[in-house]
Amino acid sequence: MIMHAVNQSLQPILDRPRRATFSWSRRSIARWALLAVTVCTGCQGPQSALSPAGEGAEQIAALFWAMAIGAGMIWLVVIGLAAYALRIVPQPHDKRSSRRWVIGGGVIVPTLLLSILLMFGLAILPALVRPAPEGSLHVEVVGVRWWWRFIYPSPDGGSFELANEVRLPVGEPVQFDLRSADVIHGFWIPSLGGKVDMIPGRQTRLTLWPTAVGTYRGVCAEYCGASHAKMAFDVVVMPREEFDAWLRQQAQDAIDPSEPDARRGSEVFLKSGCGGCHAVRGTAADGSIGPDLTHFGSRHSLAAGSLENSPDNLRRWITEPQSIKPMAVMPGYHTLSDADLASLIAYLQGLE
Amino acid sequence: MNRPADNDAPEGAPKNVQEQRLLETWRTPRGWRYWSAVNNTEVGLWYTVTSGCFFLFAGVLALLMRVQLATPGAEFLSADRYNQIFTMHGSVMMFLFAVPIFEAISILLLPQMMGARDLPFPRLSAYGYYSFLIGGVFVCGSLLFDAAPKGGWFMYPPMTTDYQPGIGADIWLLGLSFIEIASIAAAVELIVGVLKCRPPGMRINLIPLYGWYILVVAGMILFAFPPLIAGDILLEMERAFDWPFFDPSRGGDPLLWQHLFWIFGHPEVYIVFLPSVALMAMIVPTFARTPIVGYGWVVLAAVGTGFLSFGLWVHHMFTTGLPAVTLGVFSAASQAVAIPTGIQLFCFLATLLAGRVVGSVPLLFIFASLATFVFGGLTGVMVAVAPFDLQAHDTYFVVGHLHYVLVGGTIFPLIGGTYYYYPLVTAKQLSARLGKIAFWLLLVGFNITFLPMHWTGLLGMPRRVYTYPAGMGFETLNLISTVGAFVLASGFLVVLWDIVRPKGKEPYAPRNPWDAGTLEWLAEMPLKPWGIRSVPIIKSRDPLWDQKDLVHDIDEGRFYLPDAEEGLRETLVTSVIDARPEQCLRVPGPTFLPMISAAFTGGVFIFGTYHWWTPALLSGAGAVATILIWLWTGTARVPEKEAKNVGLGLELPIYISGPSSVGWWAMFITMLGDATAFISLVFGYFFYWTIHDDFPPETSAGPGVVWPVVGGVLMLLAYGMTIAAWRLNRADRSGAFYFTLATAALLTVGGAAALFAAPWSTGLDPTRHSYDAIVWLLVGWTVLHAMVGVLMQLYCLARRSAGHMTARHDADITNVTLYWHFLALTVALTVGVIAGFPLLS
Repeated sequence: MIMHAVNQSLQPILDRPRRATFSWSRRSIARWALLAVTVCTGCQGPQSALSPAGEGAEQIAALFWAMAIGAGMIWLVVIGLAAYALRIVPQPHDKRSSRRWVIGGGVIVPTLLLSILLMFGLAILPALVRPAPEGSLHVEVVGVRWWWRFIYPSPDGGSFELANEVRLPVGEPVQFDLRSADVIHGFWIPSLGGKVDMIPGRQTRLTLWPTAVGTYRGVCAEYCGASHAKMAFDVVVMPREEFDAWLRQQAQDAIDPSEPDARRGSEVFLKSGCGGCHAVRGTAADGSIGPDLTHFGSRHSLAAGSLENSPDNLRRWITEPQSIKPMAVMPGYHTLSDADLASLIAYLQGLE
Repeated sequence: MNRPADNDAPEGAPKNVQEQRLLETWRTPRGWRYWSAVNNTEVGLWYTVTSGCFFLFAGVLALLMRVQLATPGAEFLSADRYNQIFTMHGSVMMFLFAVPIFEAISILLLPQMMGARDLPFPRLSAYGYYSFLIGGVFVCGSLLFDAAPKGGWFMYPPMTTDYQPGIGADIWLLGLSFIEIASIAAAVELIVGVLKCRPPGMRINLIPLYGWYILVVAGMILFAFPPLIAGDILLEMERAFDWPFFDPSRGGDPLLWQHLFWIFGHPEVYIVFLPSVALMAMIVPTFARTPIVGYGWVVLAAVGTGFLSFGLWVHHMFTTGLPAVTLGVFSAASQAVAIPTGIQLFCFLATLLAGRVVGSVPLLFIFASLATFVFGGLTGVMVAVAPFDLQAHDTYFVVGHLHYVLVGGTIFPLIGGTYYYYPLVTAKQLSARLGKIAFWLLLVGFNITFLPMHWTGLLGMPRRVYTYPAGMGFETLNLISTVGAFVLASGFLVVLWDIVRPKGKEPYAPRNPWDAGTLEWLAEMPLKPWGIRSVPIIKSRDPLWDQKDLVHDIDEGRFYLPDAEEGLRETLVTSVIDARPEQCLRVPGPTFLPMISAAFTGGVFIFGTYHWWTPALLSGAGAVATILIWLWTGTARVPEKEAKNVGLGLELPIYISGPSSVGWWAMFITMLGDATAFISLVFGYFFYWTIHDDFPPETSAGPGVVWPVVGGVLMLLAYGMTIAAWRLNRADRSGAFYFTLATAALLTVGGAAALFAAPWSTGLDPTRHSYDAIVWLLVGWTVLHAMVGVLMQLYCLARRSAGHMTARHDADITNVTLYWHFLALTVALTVGVIAGFPLLS
């Protein structure tokens, strides 16, 4: 199992098409990572910065391991010295030799080590914060309390809106253009790279470069009020062809339901006023306050990563959203009859 | 004139008439009048106990959070409640514990370390204490009414403006501003204490290291808190009156708050940490049985840390999308601060190496602190590397890091310090057995709690979440942290029990129980209220080790001020650099005035929170009135004689004014802080200019040129006449003095009115755009200061006519003139910015 983990995490580092930056340090970084992963059995997780699946995350994870090992050694030396001074030393050292510790340990060694660390840190910094190359995919993201609006360029040249799930082609840079609709949020997909705040009145950006196909999780990193803990999204990294197909499909309007139950659900949807806040493209529902639901059925989770997208969870969400996401704007529809609710769920789950 | 000591007297009884008089003079009032005490030993003790209580309160909040986070999706606390609790945990720990405990301990110990009888402004300490108590109870109490702030201790707008109705955020802004003012008051007192109240001979290179740290930390408070107060003013103005400082739709910007907050917030970390290093610097040499190695290094490193800490604030904003160059510069600066910190720690290690170490409970905690703080410092260097911070920022990694720094750097030395200094407060010793038990519980509990958090954060758990989903790998780590938190809490309970358990039957601690070398250990057991029997001449950094017969001579009253012939409390004032005696300062005794004026001042902030403007204004008037009474009755009294023999044939003046007096220094230092707040507001003006292409905006008329210039000229004239009045008073030309100062007051009122007319006449609407709002705010700030200036001018007129101010006794007008130097700068800068800058841009 450990070997598997080693292979998996080294794969992207070793096989990735090289860019021209600092290949001389790549090999040593890879060696660090190898060492790290062999000692690390608890690094995995859909949201882990230590099981990287993107260029930025890989570099930062390697940097972390290098720093952690260095810091560990420094700590042992200092604490060893302290223990020696406190317990073991039988005779007082003379003042002059003690003072050498101050100059050596307090000034010379830290200055050297910090200079080296600074050089390494600054060397990888520009690549992490620069814009994506010309022609890359741009996804516009708007943070809203407490969910995510994703705006993709559509294949025909315009743009269209999705919510709470982002899909990306593997092996290509993507630039997220970040804005906020209300308070400050933080856009963060730990497995792919660092985070950037979304600040009202400003536009910030984050460039990520996914390197491995898979499903990951992003979260809001900046405290944004009551349900900050419930503001997440799914990230699906897929091969380019699959991504293109997905994008074409998502750009299309919703398909009218064919099943009678779902068709009835679409009427419940409109009659209950859901369209006042939510849009389902191709129908009369064109609200823009809440998340777009055109392809809701194709998403992994609901309520911005709060629950798995299942009929039972959807029922809970529709009837008592505040119990799942405190202070959520959506009103609870507990007055809907069971039949209406079932139809509504069938309709929404069918919106693929 | 000294009689030989009477060796048969019972323990603690006065040995002669001199001692009897000293005891009478310094006796602590009894019964309900006890609360009128202003002496540093009482106020310092109340301060310490109160901030300790706030620590326990915030600790309980932490336990509640850990219970909620023990399992995924728990419903022990609601989201809203959790958010209030984590906000309060951080705010209380920082503002009601970490900073106040340093000031508390310093108020308690500094005079003893300096061989002084008291701090120079005992009533100011008491005022600060009561402000702290009232403000702290108000802020903490809000949690019981479900009305507590919930914007995080960092209070980022716009979440804390448009998105949080209710009074929670106002309680934070006003309640804590009130406490910040008290903190600044204490800082002023401590700076003057170190600079001016040292014993004769204690030149600047002989000050105990604790004194140096107080200077550095109090200086940092002086420059770090004002930017936050400026930010608080902006944020509260937006909340209460809709002035759009942080609203991007009207020209504001949320990042302005972050800059102001972190210009405060990062030095704050060192404000909290350095005092504990100071405790280490006192404890380590004692148990190494040798003077500190590298005294000069430690002092320079402490000063260096203080300076550098003001250049790091942007590392709290690495993820706000700043340019790579900015990230690089602040990343470098943030790493650089590790160097002076390392120097200080290595000096302590070198001292231990050079000495013959004696084991003790305080030293155990120093070791715990080293192990923990060095770890936190290393993770600190890691997050200072900007690329890593892009991942670690706002995650549990940072929660782990900051607790290693703060608990390791601050709490452990504090506990060590408690074990060390406890005899100086109660004359009893704490139990070494309980101390060892506490040491293990705390060290183990702490690491079980916070070590896993680094991992939790790297697995992707953000901070400030009230819950987390299962399946992310967070469950086990969080459960371990919760278990550890309770072990940690049990360690604190052991310490608490050791402190409060009855010790009536235990014998008094021996005098100087640790064989330390510094002056505070002169204290007799049981303790005497006078601080020190006579004020010695100091020739060494460790006088108790190096100066032969010092204790005996002090006890025999062979040094300065061995007596209180007039029954007045007296202490020595010495010169700043080489501690030459300059004045016999009479310090005030017990009074309720500080308590009353603190209550009135609190009223302004508390009523203001609820927008009850009339009671707030009445309270403000009450505060001004009581402070005036306090000044009138107790400050710069004309003494019954000019000079006094303080012993050893030395005659010292009782009344002095100008730069050798403590009052002048207090005014100067206060005004430095005040000017810093003003500069922070001006920074706001230019910050808007840097982020807008069009600033001042074309659409705004601005305040014009004529009125600001008229206002400025009138006030500068008033400034000139105030200086003239000071000269006239000194020349004893009474009539000319009254005429000039009265005219100056009139001119000030006229100037303030003209300045006010500037934005008024051009119809600037502070709710329209951030430009209008910041101009109004600069004008408002200046006008308010002008009004205080008028009050001071009138006060001087009254003082002279009542005979409390004469040509010789001119401290009042001298200090008022000093205030006016700063006011003139403020006026000039305000006029230059609001009227001059639009002409340039």
